[in-house]
Amino acid sequence: MGMTMTQKILARCAGLDEVKAGQLIEGRLSLVLGNDITTPVAITEFDKAGLTSVFDRDKIAIVLDHYTPCKDIKAAQLCAAARKFAKRFSITHFYDVGQVGVEHALIPEKGLAAPGEVIIGADSHTCTYGALGAFSTGVGSTDMAAGMATGLAWFKVPSAIKVTLTGSFRPNVSGKDVILHLIGLIGVDGALYRSLEFSGDGVAALDMDDRFTICNMAIEAGAKNGIFPVDEKTLAYLDGRVSRPFQAFEPDPDAVYEREVVIDLNTLEPTVSLPHLPSNTKTVSEVAGMPIQQVVIGSCTNGRIKDLREAAAILKGRKVADGVRCIVIPATQEIMLQAVAEGLVQTFIEAGAAVSTPTCGPCLGGHMGVLADDEVAVATTNRNFVGRMGPVSSKIILSNPAVAAASAVAGCVADPNKL
Amino acid sequence: MKLYQYGDNVDTDVIIPARYLNAPDEKSLASHCMEDIDDKFASTVEPGDIIVAGSNFGCGSSREHAPISIKACGVKCVIAKSFARIFYRNAINIGFPIMECPEAVDGISAGDKVSVDFATGVIVNKTTGARFQAAPFPAFVNGIIEHGGLLNSLKARGVAK
Repeated sequence: MGMTMTQKILARCAGLDEVKAGQLIEGRLSLVLGNDITTPVAITEFDKAGLTSVFDRDKIAIVLDHYTPCKDIKAAQLCAAARKFAKRFSITHFYDVGQVGVEHALIPEKGLAAPGEVIIGADSHTCTYGALGAFSTGVGSTDMAAGMATGLAWFKVPSAIKVTLTGSFRPNVSGKDVILHLIGLIGVDGALYRSLEFSGDGVAALDMDDRFTICNMAIEAGAKNGIFPVDEKTLAYLDGRVSRPFQAFEPDPDAVYEREVVIDLNTLEPTVSLPHLPSNTKTVSEVAGMPIQQVVIGSCTNGRIKDLREAAAILKGRKVADGVRCIVIPATQEIMLQAVAEGLVQTFIEAGAAVSTPTCGPCLGGHMGVLADDEVAVATTNRNFVGRMGPVSSKIILSNPAVAAASAVAGCVADPNKL
Repeated sequence: MKLYQYGDNVDTDVIIPARYLNAPDEKSLASHCMEDIDDKFASTVEPGDIIVAGSNFGCGSSREHAPISIKACGVKCVIAKSFARIFYRNAINIGFPIMECPEAVDGISAGDKVSVDFATGVIVNKTTGARFQAAPFPAFVNGIIEHGGLLNSLKARGVAK
């Protein structure tokens, strides 16, 4: 029986010729990742179990991105614990303030993810690296501790949903609209325990930053992972970042998929998710005019250079509306430097936006843009759950960067094509 | 024992809001458990109580703090129609019992007395007399639970040092 891309990668990491959906395997890991919230819990478990060594100091990444630069004393203590652990085991890929970026933008940028690799991260959005043809998935802190100690993780081999993309985007539509539309179609548990495998001639039309955004939110459909085939754009992205050998996998022609969803990119409109679930999708034209108080442009979902270019194209020569706070957070230092070099940061500041050093900050209601009672934000982030960015009465509307920028200018949810 | 009943898509942000993740000790997490969906939960929950919920319980973030906080409250188990996969893993890895059984969720009402047998996966509604069979764990997963969690099971196998 044919295997999906994901199943082929999992078979190889388990040293097996073949795996089937539902099979439990133990696989060798290419990378184990954690952040400043999840790593300290992993360290506690690691120490509690009396573990004294890590499997490979070059295959562990610790990224202090959530509450940093530290928002309070408790957050500082967590970072101190992670720092101490990284030093104790001479962890090669340890990223602290000054070098740190939002982890799922940083890991690919630093060449720490490649096609065919198997990556677990104690952060749900670890599924991002499927954009590079890797199997990557979010786990908890105990899995992280076990992964650091052994280089192994257990997996149930997932079945898959095939998502066939055709055509190309219309103006101000991007990867975010693909994934929001898909989640709207199949629901927040529509891909529960399954892979989302993307294919079709529309893939070629997607930039890498679109693919990262799409795979990033696979978890918001409940998926174990999202994954794209490797093509020329993937190889161009990897060139200069990854020097170790890697293997790209294609699905077998007779790979079994539970279902197929076809999305014609030409038909997609700028899409938003209304409170309080990512599946609560509408086209922006259906909800334009809803008043807002804050806009957040950034995060592991949409803080990459293409996102910033799309936002800047809208904000150029315009002003953020009175009564709206617009916060722009380039996801890594490299992206920040590029945004400076291209004049994007100047555009943001001249428009009246605040530009921040990389942090997850407001996405999880941590800091750098927490909401007050009843406030509404348009955010390019990934979750609009109750209380995610502030008190339970606050609300989040998820969108792409162009919609977020247009909404900042209009002072309400706005269609960038009708500014 | 008391029942706490919730609907579909109970996410980890409402189980334990991110504003409390900067203090990951069990007591602190337990004191804010379920705060954004049920502000009376943490003050009324007692050891042995059971949470019954709809589909996709624990969706969202990978924070292990979520099952840790529920376990630290003394909750005996969560019975749900389905679990989000990271929450499912995390619960197993920390040795916290969860049971996937849509029929039981539909067959339990507020105030019912419920008993659970983790070894057999049998759930009994003692008020109505109805019996439900939850999907049993695979042997591999039972091995993790029997060792009291993933790390202990890896140590017992000699692969973690």
